[in-house]
Amino acid sequence: MATTARPAPKHSPDAYGEHSGLWSWLSTVDHKRIGVLYLYTALFFFMFGGVEAIIIRAQLGAPNQHLVSAEFYNQLFTMHGTTMIFLAIMPLSAAFFNFLIPLQIGARDVAFPRLNAFSYWVYLFGGIFITIPILFAVAPNDGWFGYAPLTTRAYSPGINIDFWVIGLLILGVSSLAAAFNFLTTIINLRAPGMTLMRMPMFTWMAFIVQVLLVLAFPVITIALVFLLFDRFFGTNFYNTVSAGADPLLWQHLFWIFGHPEVYILVLPAFGLVSEVLPTYSKKPLFGYPVMVYSGILIAVLGFGVWAHHMFAVGMGPIADTFFGLTTMLIAIPTGVKIFNWIATMAQGSIRYTTAMLFGIGLVALFTIGGISGIMHASPPADLQQTDTYFIVAHFHYVLFGGSIMGIFGGIYHYFPKITGRLMDEKLGKIHFWLTVVAMNLTFFPMHFSGMLGMPRRIYTYDAGQGWDLFNAMSTAGAMIFPIAMLVFIYNFFVSRKRGEIAGSNPWGAGTLEWTIPSPPPEYNFAKIPTVTSRYPLWEGKGIDYECARINSQEGKTPADLGIVMPYSTIKPLFVALGLVTMFCGLIFARALIGVGAALMIFSLYSWLLSPLEPEHH
Amino acid sequence: MPASVAHTSAPTSHHYTTLGLDSRKVAIWAFIGSECMLFVSLISTYLIYKGRSIVGPFPHETWTDPATGHVFKPILNIPVTSASTFVLLMSSLFMVLALAAVQNKEKPKHTRGERVLGNSKLWLWMTASAGATFLGFQAFEFTSFVHEGLSIRTNLFGSSFFTLTGFHGAHVTAGVIWLVTLLAIDYRRGLGSKDSLLVDIAALYWHFVDVIWIVIFTLVYLIK
Repeated sequence: MATTARPAPKHSPDAYGEHSGLWSWLSTVDHKRIGVLYLYTALFFFMFGGVEAIIIRAQLGAPNQHLVSAEFYNQLFTMHGTTMIFLAIMPLSAAFFNFLIPLQIGARDVAFPRLNAFSYWVYLFGGIFITIPILFAVAPNDGWFGYAPLTTRAYSPGINIDFWVIGLLILGVSSLAAAFNFLTTIINLRAPGMTLMRMPMFTWMAFIVQVLLVLAFPVITIALVFLLFDRFFGTNFYNTVSAGADPLLWQHLFWIFGHPEVYILVLPAFGLVSEVLPTYSKKPLFGYPVMVYSGILIAVLGFGVWAHHMFAVGMGPIADTFFGLTTMLIAIPTGVKIFNWIATMAQGSIRYTTAMLFGIGLVALFTIGGISGIMHASPPADLQQTDTYFIVAHFHYVLFGGSIMGIFGGIYHYFPKITGRLMDEKLGKIHFWLTVVAMNLTFFPMHFSGMLGMPRRIYTYDAGQGWDLFNAMSTAGAMIFPIAMLVFIYNFFVSRKRGEIAGSNPWGAGTLEWTIPSPPPEYNFAKIPTVTSRYPLWEGKGIDYECARINSQEGKTPADLGIVMPYSTIKPLFVALGLVTMFCGLIFARALIGVGAALMIFSLYSWLLSPLEPEHH
Repeated sequence: MPASVAHTSAPTSHHYTTLGLDSRKVAIWAFIGSECMLFVSLISTYLIYKGRSIVGPFPHETWTDPATGHVFKPILNIPVTSASTFVLLMSSLFMVLALAAVQNKEKPKHTRGERVLGNSKLWLWMTASAGATFLGFQAFEFTSFVHEGLSIRTNLFGSSFFTLTGFHGAHVTAGVIWLVTLLAIDYRRGLGSKDSLLVDIAALYWHFVDVIWIVIFTLVYLIK
């Protein structure tokens, strides 16, 4: 189904018109618009974290440079990690969860539309809260993992770490609220016939990620609460000097959260790629049930590998062996996924669109990161590699080569569904190739600088240790990223205004979200479809043509169709504002705690006691 | 607010759902699952730090301060806490009766006993009061510990004990506020069987908080 120019339909890409204006965005409860808010905000933070990375690379481009101070360098690498993980990749995934889950399962919205808005506003305010300090050079400076006791008041007396602890607690509220919402949506709002084993793979991976979030975030919350209490109220959880606290308590709690977090970051990208590869290979996903089970297995094993981040602390041979083995085991379900993607492409009629290139890019680059991961699953090897640039190379192949490549693939693939217009393919391919070159030029040499002993988190180094060339290469590669991003941003905004009209299914994809107009009407499905197969648009058998016709109609309002839509409301924003104000009070003025709590409780009651939608009969 | 209370009528579950359950019921279970991990983290930390405090007072042993020679008795008061535990457990029974009363609101009541059992306001009051009584016991326990020389800063036991039981107390407080809100709705417009979901999810939360207390009471107070 090649795309051809056609006249703009009545329900044109600019049809948000009647619901435009700032107020409509502040008060929206529509999952699609909240998804768009997530997308823009997360892309902003992605670029902010990127600028931090570029300053880091500029500083390390040659030996003995003093572009930034050692102190500011600490803030840069801490905020680069924190920003990319909590403010860029997770919310970019959340953008897709928001936009796609209801469309893929045949629902009109998420289970709790107002809670969904609340999650976004908490994320936005929390993101601003944790980002502002770096502009004043008082940002968190102890690494994204915030190891206590280093982060306790005795060793980090400034307000830097206060921002980090409180910021992550705020962001945790956002992630948990969203996770309950999506989990309930996937369990309870599937259209008739959408059995679990017919769910699109993205929704499956999203489902697994929500379970991980629900179970992992409480652990970091408690670890952070301990740290908050230690810093503000003088408790002893991490007081190793005078109270005999266990110096490993933080590390265990943090990594019990931290390793599932890795899968929280990468599984959504796996899901996106599992939509992209079949579409452009014109073949159903190879081994669908095995893909589901391997995803579940990754999640389960993900809770049993956390101490492989801690081989260097000397846990003893039994613990080291156990965690080394579980870590190697997790390579099996991950490898199964890689082979299934390759088998999906095998003998398919492949179209090398930009989305497909990013999808293939993920398969190739993530595999490199996966293999280096198996190398330091072995404790003796890890003792050589830990805290060196080899590790930096490894997790950038996993997170950039995995998560970010998958997310870009997802953006090119779903841009027409979101905006109704196609992105420019030529610019898209330039973006792809620049990204691949930049990524490999930046991160591949880090394997070597790391093996030659260059430690992480040093702000400069002496010449003559064999690291100069590799660092120069990494820095040269990093300077290509901004060019790639400029191409992408230009393409994104120009295509949004002037791209070719996409139509409901520009790529000839097979799942439910492609049966409705692009962009989808606010109610998504005029008639809730009955699902009979995994790829309803491909397999065709038993497709309800009358339902398909109704759902492809454009320009109908909910009133025309008798569909009840939720009221828009500003209340979730105020609850979020109250929550964040309350936390701000801990740092700035204690009076803010009362003000924030009052605002939060008043708005929350007002929200809970007002109806979601008009009465209907 | 009063005007909007009137709108808080029956759950609008006319929408199709996959399980046939209201989504709020599914969500509360997911929430409880998450809360389990929260308390697992708190309880594990308490257990890891058990017996590792350098200075007293200790939960189950006497301790003599080497500097002053002052003798600290074991600090946990098991009889008093058993009483507060009993009150909290009874509150779960009242909660069950409150839910049953709301579910059967429209059934005709003939005897005095049926009218008492069908009085949702009574049972919601009883549940909330039992919760508040438990909190009173906890406030008494915390202040007497501080007077005896154990604060949240004293030692590892103090930090982990006050944080664990304090988190539980905060959950009970939230539950009491929730119950009082339901009571306010009941006084305002009367809770009927169509509202039973509102009470049902509050009850699930309340029972969960109770179950967690049984675990805490056993691990912290009873096992030496």
